Amino acid sequence: MDLAHLWFFIVGFLFVGYFVLDGFDFGVGMSLPFLGKDDIGRRQIINTIGPVWDLNETWVIVAGACLFAAFPEWYATLFSGFYLALLIILLALIARGVSFEYRHQRDSLRWKKGFDTMIVAGSAVPALLWGVAVANIVQGVPLDADHEFTGSLLTLLNPYGLLGGVTTLLLFFTHGVYFVARKTDGQVQQDARRLATWSGLLTIVVAAAFLIWTIVNAEAAGAPLLAVVIVLAAVAAVLLIGSWVANLRGAEGWAFALGALTVVTAVLTLWFALFPNVMPSATDPAYSLTIENASSTDYTLTIMSWAALIFLPLVLLYQGWTYWVFRKRVSRSHIERAAAAH
Amino acid sequence: MDLLDPLLLARWQFGLTTLYHFLFVPLTLGMSFTVAIFQTCWFRTANVKWLHLTRFFGKIFLINFAMGVVTGIVQEFQFGMNWSDYSRFVGDVFGAPLAFEGLMAFFFEATFIGLWIFGWDRLPKALHLATIWIAAIGATLSAYFILAANAFMQNPVGYQMSADGRRAELTDIGAVLSNRVVLAAFPHTMFAAFMFTAGVIISVSAWQLARRRNEVMMRSSLRFGLWAMIIAFAGTFLSGDQLGLQMVATQPMKMAAAEALFHTACGADASFSVFTLGTPDGTHELFSIRIPYLLAFLSEHDFSACVEGINDLNAQYAQQWPDLAQQVDGSFAPTLWITYWAFRWMMGLGGIAVLVAIAGLWFTRKGAKREVPQWAWRIAIWSYPLSLLAILVGWVFTEMGRQPWIVFSLMLTQDGVSPGVPGWTVLISLISFTLIYAALAVVEVGLIIRTAKKGPDPLPDPDAPAADRHETPTTVY
Repeated sequence: MDLAHLWFFIVGFLFVGYFVLDGFDFGVGMSLPFLGKDDIGRRQIINTIGPVWDLNETWVIVAGACLFAAFPEWYATLFSGFYLALLIILLALIARGVSFEYRHQRDSLRWKKGFDTMIVAGSAVPALLWGVAVANIVQGVPLDADHEFTGSLLTLLNPYGLLGGVTTLLLFFTHGVYFVARKTDGQVQQDARRLATWSGLLTIVVAAAFLIWTIVNAEAAGAPLLAVVIVLAAVAAVLLIGSWVANLRGAEGWAFALGALTVVTAVLTLWFALFPNVMPSATDPAYSLTIENASSTDYTLTIMSWAALIFLPLVLLYQGWTYWVFRKRVSRSHIERAAAAH
Repeated sequence: MDLLDPLLLARWQFGLTTLYHFLFVPLTLGMSFTVAIFQTCWFRTANVKWLHLTRFFGKIFLINFAMGVVTGIVQEFQFGMNWSDYSRFVGDVFGAPLAFEGLMAFFFEATFIGLWIFGWDRLPKALHLATIWIAAIGATLSAYFILAANAFMQNPVGYQMSADGRRAELTDIGAVLSNRVVLAAFPHTMFAAFMFTAGVIISVSAWQLARRRNEVMMRSSLRFGLWAMIIAFAGTFLSGDQLGLQMVATQPMKMAAAEALFHTACGADASFSVFTLGTPDGTHELFSIRIPYLLAFLSEHDFSACVEGINDLNAQYAQQWPDLAQQVDGSFAPTLWITYWAFRWMMGLGGIAVLVAIAGLWFTRKGAKREVPQWAWRIAIWSYPLSLLAILVGWVFTEMGRQPWIVFSLMLTQDGVSPGVPGWTVLISLISFTLIYAALAVVEVGLIIRTAKKGPDPLPDPDAPAADRHETPTTVY
């Protein structure tokens, strides 16, 4: 395996990290109208990710930068081709990010409601569109001989792409609700468990359809690692069902952990289905962007490898420590006390 | 002019979103260190005054920080969205510093800022203090990598052209990271960031002091701000001088454009015009105030040096790049009225900012007989935008002065734009960003003013029982 192949998987690792981490942020954001019965409850939910949402979001910036550095052609084609979809994602992420930080700055209920709406929309839209984008990458989009995308936003809204979007939307939703159950107490926690039972069931049905379709596509496209794709898809399905069962039994820690692993294996399924392409062309396979023809020089990849080798373990270490520091549940009484002190 | 010209729209979007992003960057860079310094004072002296100052300026810092975070993602995405051919051309070189920024700086910043905000009651004091320092250092490293990437656009080094000539390939990462331009631009950017931060501290403290509120704390922060402004100005001035030398050595056209100097001039003739009035078409000079020798000195630290003029440089470049010369109609010069005036406004605004600080030190000196008059407070309160405006026009000068190149000597801006993205798409994006950014600016400025006016938590009554003094606050969103 050469460095370009290694970087295909490092970039994959970074996107897996992003979808696992910001994935539950999206779910937590979307759960607000379902679980946040009053302002204390909503603050309880938001505070579960208060200290970490920024570091979670940073994963997409690092993933994007590494994609740029390791595969400039992929980055250029993908970002200019999926222009409007990415624009909408950006606007949503902006709205969501400022809302987390500005919501608590004033006591007015109208002020808070406005930001709550932005949190919900700013979480749901990327949760949907990331799935649409990744599903389309794997399925293939119209690319011409210069690797330029020749479709439009509507090209992306095909049945498989939309199913991919609905899958990530539901998967992240349930993943986030598990997280709320794991990190809160009282009414919010109980409601979260009940909600996850229903959303988890729906997720299982939709995700199963999407994974099967992915396998069928991969087989039709002659994916060289088809066996791995099938195994990963199967493991993802088992983990997803396992998380649902764990939630049913009230083991919310297990539910969340298995849910996180579901996201990992589901994204890996897509990554292995994509291999060795990075953006297959639906116009003509000869126009496809591949690991070989999209990557940077060996010198650049060597330097990047050293940087990743040294810093990624360090990043995982201090981010893991951060989660450990904030391991305590956000209790209702804690928020009430803080509100009273204010 | 075609209103749906993707190139024009993409340039407007980049200019708008980048300048907007940079409204928040300087305060993030400067205030993170300021807050870290205040918290260190608290840690060492246990004087609660410093804790309250830390919390107070920390709040302002965080309101601003959030905007920097969310507008930063746009920056990384739009290289690919609007400038895909540029990305293809430079990705092998330009991507590495961006990736380094993410792996080595941005992760630190984002993680440790969260630990700082929510860690007050969860981490030991010393460790909590360390988190804000790590976040500040992360932000600074982040600035370095981004400026190194930018320096490649001004002065490409450490690369070779690929065999097919389609892309620049990295050959020496050390050369890219120690580009002579970034070595000068980095301190210049950092010191300028501290100038604006000092301006905000002065303004906020002055507002409180003019109303005789929180006088003990605000007097400390005011003096801190005034001294910081003067020291930061000295740093900005000296590093700016160095940056000027590098600019002349690497992009002589930019210096010629800064002075609107058409003909090569030496010694006394290489004068610096403080102010020029010309005919509306810019061809004839009607009136100007000139300082002889100054341009020669600024360019090479030599009073007898020669400064190349626009016409001579154009002739030289036309020989060097005959094909490109046709594309740019024979002119490799940027838009002169922009570079000329941006250069002067940058220096002038920065100069006024430091004069305000010097006057402030005089008014608030120990043993001053009379009270600071209200008009002086008012000037101090309203002086905060001076250095920010100086920073913005400084960037306008740097980047507009690079035109018509996107990477100096290697690629024209017009060749970097995404070939497959239609004008209307860019227009939608430009309008969306303008609207959302305008709305957020209103909210953000409103919140900062509100926080600044509310002031720090008042100092506790020294006679109160110790149990009533909350020394370790909790943060809840």
